[in-house]
Amino acid sequence: MAGKTVYDKIWDAHVVAERDDGMTILYVDRHLLHEVTSPQAFEGLALAGRSPWRRDANLATPDHNVPTTNRARGIDGIDDPVAREQVVVLDQNCTRYGIEQFAMTDRRQGIVHVIGPEQGATLPGMTIVCGDSHTSTHGAFAALAHGIGTSEVEHVLATQCLVQRKSRNMRIVVDGELPFGTTAKDMILNIIGIIGTAGATGHAIEYAGSAVRALSMEARMTLCNMSIEAGARAGLVAVDDTTLNYVHGRPFAPRGAMWDRAEDYWRSLVSDADANFDTEIGLDATAIVPQVTWGTSPELVLGIDANVPAPEDFDDPAKRELCGRALAYMDLEPGTPIASVPVDRVFIGSCTNGRIEDLRAAAAVLDGRRVAASVTQAMAVPGSGLVKEQAEAEGLDAIFRAAGFEWRDPGCSMCLAMNDDRLYPGERSAATSNRNFEGRQGHQGRTHLVSPAMAAAAAVAGHFTDVRELA
Amino acid sequence: MKAFQQNEGTVALLDRANVDTDQIIPKQFLKSIRRTGFGDNLFDAWRYLDEGEIGKNANERRINHDFILNEPRYAGASILLARENFGCGSSREHAVWALLEYGFRCVIAPSFADIFFNNSLKNGLLPVVLAKEDVDQLFGIVHREVGYTLRVDLGTQTVKGSGFAAHFDIEPEPKRLLMDGLDDIGATLAHADAIREFESRHRQRMPWVFARDGNTA
Repeated sequence: MAGKTVYDKIWDAHVVAERDDGMTILYVDRHLLHEVTSPQAFEGLALAGRSPWRRDANLATPDHNVPTTNRARGIDGIDDPVAREQVVVLDQNCTRYGIEQFAMTDRRQGIVHVIGPEQGATLPGMTIVCGDSHTSTHGAFAALAHGIGTSEVEHVLATQCLVQRKSRNMRIVVDGELPFGTTAKDMILNIIGIIGTAGATGHAIEYAGSAVRALSMEARMTLCNMSIEAGARAGLVAVDDTTLNYVHGRPFAPRGAMWDRAEDYWRSLVSDADANFDTEIGLDATAIVPQVTWGTSPELVLGIDANVPAPEDFDDPAKRELCGRALAYMDLEPGTPIASVPVDRVFIGSCTNGRIEDLRAAAAVLDGRRVAASVTQAMAVPGSGLVKEQAEAEGLDAIFRAAGFEWRDPGCSMCLAMNDDRLYPGERSAATSNRNFEGRQGHQGRTHLVSPAMAAAAAVAGHFTDVRELA
Repeated sequence: MKAFQQNEGTVALLDRANVDTDQIIPKQFLKSIRRTGFGDNLFDAWRYLDEGEIGKNANERRINHDFILNEPRYAGASILLARENFGCGSSREHAVWALLEYGFRCVIAPSFADIFFNNSLKNGLLPVVLAKEDVDQLFGIVHREVGYTLRVDLGTQTVKGSGFAAHFDIEPEPKRLLMDGLDDIGATLAHADAIREFESRHRQRMPWVFARDGNTA
């Protein structure tokens, strides 16, 4: 019998029952909640007269809607009455059902995918779900983590389980050393550019290889975060010393004898040598250059040294059509060097790149430099209150401010522009977030996805530029 | 959930791949705490020329007459014919609610994004996967024949119309729930004893999963 993948092992450890129809009832260890996708689930729960199955499995925080200024005023600081109601309702639901919440004025508040790992609420081997597609982030810990819809949020609240069909296993092996100036963000954008936005649909991805092993936990989170942009609900990395060193000492993590027991088990969360993967992809890390997306899908991505393509560069008629539409929306001419494209706003933050290492990387580029006069706005939005505190303790906020960046309070911010942080029609951003869909960052806004260092470099130059030449 | 047994209706076309949920319902409408009120804002940035805001009266908006769903021939359509990877991106179930409220009961495409597919099943919006050749053929027919209707029958798992017939697959349990308009929470709670048994074994094996302050479970 073939060995097991990490995904197989976590799956097997959470099977409650196999139904007659071949579907599995899978136990959920951790459920993260935020204000946007939970109100209708709580309402459904109440209407059916049900209550949460296991309250302490849940952890909530408002992140999508919250303003990134004036945090001291808490909920009262939300000017938009509709947004405020949503945050109030999360507050009420958490109180009513006894669910722990890091509320707006809590220093631990932040983006749900930043605070889970930060608190040790994300642990290896766990099944973790959240009504947010970027839940794949937590897979960095060898956890089986994926996004769910609101009906499933209600289902998890009521039953502590999900009904699932097992995904297929895909392994993406990245070997070699990532070159100077390139990051996990460039690695995942490169992968999505190769396999496409539906390339991993129906699969759980395991990222492996020496380049992945060399990544820090935060970089692994960036990598797993964008698995959904390749169509995979879940992406994960096997446990190693890097994983355990990160988890150790976190508030929710086990201590003492329980840690030792947990560590014994966690060490087993690696794919067996004879495990079978349905799909395998190999990539040479040494060939990766800093990436910039040029279109309206994350797969439309280029190296910083490349030119914007033309529809006829694609063989597939659907891709040709996608390219033409993206060129029109992005207002780009084929053959334009991506490094010549100017930016109006720069956004550093999000669940993809809003952690301390991301802020350090951006600050390293900004130190002693200024945001170009042609840039309307540059914003740094820490992923959580604790990330913000850490950055301030290191003096990073001073570097951002001196360079002309706005230093904001934590939240999802301009990644999806549900609050006031946004692009205006026709504006172009360099953004460290995860989606460049039409209108994602604001009506008729144009998004280019990059790493934090590349975003900082674009802010300084006023256009995309190769960070390897700046550093 | 709205039951789905069969639906016969006009077919509308959306001839682009990778339609993401940000397009189906833009983020400014996700601030609502309700499941309703999204229909007027389905495909908002494509349907209208002015920027959509929550509470804006749809009758006072500038219509984008170039957008295919605004063509009179597709008014009242209940079946949406789409391309590959429909519903990719964000997990927002609001996308499904918006499609339903607009009047769609069924989306036919060669493939769907996973989360969107699940969300559809749980709300009585039937996602039908047909082979790419069948979808191509349907695009041709609907393009030529104004007012073309299809009958989608969940019981027999068939899509039929003038000059077209195809069979589709669906898992038996979602099919049963859709046919009866039941949510699956009740079905899972029928396994409550198994869940409790699992939970107690799991707690023995992995107490740290249940510990919130580091070492007590």
